Amino acid sequence: MEDLIQVVDWSRLQFALTAIVHWLFVPLTIGISLIIAVMETIYYRTKSEKWLKTVKFWMVLFAINFAIGVATGIILEFEFGTNWSNYSWFVGDIFGAPLAIEGLLAFFMEATFFAVMFFGWKKVSPAFHLASTWLVAIGVSLSALWILIANAWMQYPVGMEFDPAQMRNVMSDFMAVATSPVAINKFFHAVTSGWVLASVFVIGVSCIIAAKGKNLQMAKDSVKVAGWIGLIGMIFTMWTGDGSAVEVARVQPMKLAAMEGLYRGEVGQELIGIGIVDEKERDVKYKIAIHKGLSILANHDADSFVPGIDDLIDGIALTPQGDTINTTSYAQRIEIGKAAQQALRDYEAARKAGDQAALSDAISRIKANYQYFGYGYFNSPEEAVPPVALTFYAFHIMVMAGGYLLLFLIVALFIVYKKPVWFDTRLARWIGILSIPVVWICSEAGWIVAEVGRQPWTIQDILPVQAAVSSVTAQSVQITFWLFAVVFAALIAAEISIMVNEVKKGSNKDIIA
Amino acid sequence: MDTLGIKARKVVDFYVDGFKNMTIGKKLWAIIAIKVAILFLVFKLFFFPDILKENYDNDDDRARAVATELTSR
Repeated sequence: MEDLIQVVDWSRLQFALTAIVHWLFVPLTIGISLIIAVMETIYYRTKSEKWLKTVKFWMVLFAINFAIGVATGIILEFEFGTNWSNYSWFVGDIFGAPLAIEGLLAFFMEATFFAVMFFGWKKVSPAFHLASTWLVAIGVSLSALWILIANAWMQYPVGMEFDPAQMRNVMSDFMAVATSPVAINKFFHAVTSGWVLASVFVIGVSCIIAAKGKNLQMAKDSVKVAGWIGLIGMIFTMWTGDGSAVEVARVQPMKLAAMEGLYRGEVGQELIGIGIVDEKERDVKYKIAIHKGLSILANHDADSFVPGIDDLIDGIALTPQGDTINTTSYAQRIEIGKAAQQALRDYEAARKAGDQAALSDAISRIKANYQYFGYGYFNSPEEAVPPVALTFYAFHIMVMAGGYLLLFLIVALFIVYKKPVWFDTRLARWIGILSIPVVWICSEAGWIVAEVGRQPWTIQDILPVQAAVSSVTAQSVQITFWLFAVVFAALIAAEISIMVNEVKKGSNKDIIA
Repeated sequence: MDTLGIKARKVVDFYVDGFKNMTIGKKLWAIIAIKVAILFLVFKLFFFPDILKENYDNDDDRARAVATELTSR
């Protein structure tokens, strides 16, 4: 048992490390490919040489990020097969189908047009080149779409039926999986947040290349394009963030409660802006809160009830009409889950014995109780509660950083359009440069909220982490964790070093001369 | 057939010329090659077997193994 806990912890840690490192590269690829496509469109329309050189400069940084980041996501698939083999089998084709589509369609689209984008300047017509650049940007986002559909299914499993004979979930409705509201919202939230990230990166790097006074005009032009894309991205990110809150309140209310450190909810629930979580006292101390804010955020109704962690454990929930009702408590869910698992044991025994009557009876009991299958692995309701402090702090860091970035983008646009002389000041440039890590922290914090907040589930309500992991030793996972840590550190060091070198080269010469 | 051959040749030349004229791209491709080699020839081969594929011959055995795992924890 102790070894199982260690296997679970190390496997989660390894997956978290890989996902965090993978997400360092992905949003920059998503956003900067769009920025480059817009810049090349301006070049195509104006035929101005300065825009051609500007596009080529940002393309080099895009290529560095693409090259270092490519294939880091494959490691997650390695981990599924080795550390999470029960999960991999159990999800069946539901997880596999979107990933296969991603591999076949989107990745090849990216790879083909990526070559035209980099090798084709003098080989293809300007219009074809521009189309290729746009197709790279679209392909990158399509890749993200399929990955996020797979991720959303884990958070909100729909469109499937469990088949005990295959011991896996079988897709029964592809459209339900592909158009799940959680998936659609997650896709737009992740992609538009990538626009914001890349925009802040472009503005920050523009501050560096303009530092020696040689590329002022190019830097300002880049800030204008990035500023608008970033601002549009931020508006969409906030809008879809609001949509995420509504979806989380509906399908993962425990995650929402953890995000706010909310143990007992109220009608007209406040939204905490800042505070310190005290998990022992089950409270948030020293908080500054917005009156009725969480009720508005979660339900778009200032006087609605938002259930806390203890309310949910007790089975108090909110109907779509906004009424509070007593529903299945977590203690009851555990009983139902254990009944589903007993039915599965009976199914296996009946299968071996060839007893058709017992088989049918077991199948009907599995179906009746499957909704809470995963709760059968718990001994107490508290085991179904995610890490509250980590979820709370990640959420609040994301929100605060997001608020800062909105202000940053507005100010950046104001400066380049209305007060361009301010762009030449050291203060403005340092703010631009120091905002680069802020946007990455914001982006990673968002994923920590999404993934830590749904613990202990790999598939919501159906498969917790302790059932999903393989029968491997904790030592084997520890070894690969450290191996990955070394490789990832080397990759990040390579990216930063090559990028800094290119940016330095850019700042030392007149790029558009 | 000739036209197809000419087109294929053009595609090959496109990539060959592209690679030849790269500056920083050569360094990046070297990084990609080393990284992919480490991932597939070291990590995948020695540290990340597909446990179910490696230990069981067919899907039914794999399903029963997972059933045993999920009903015994």
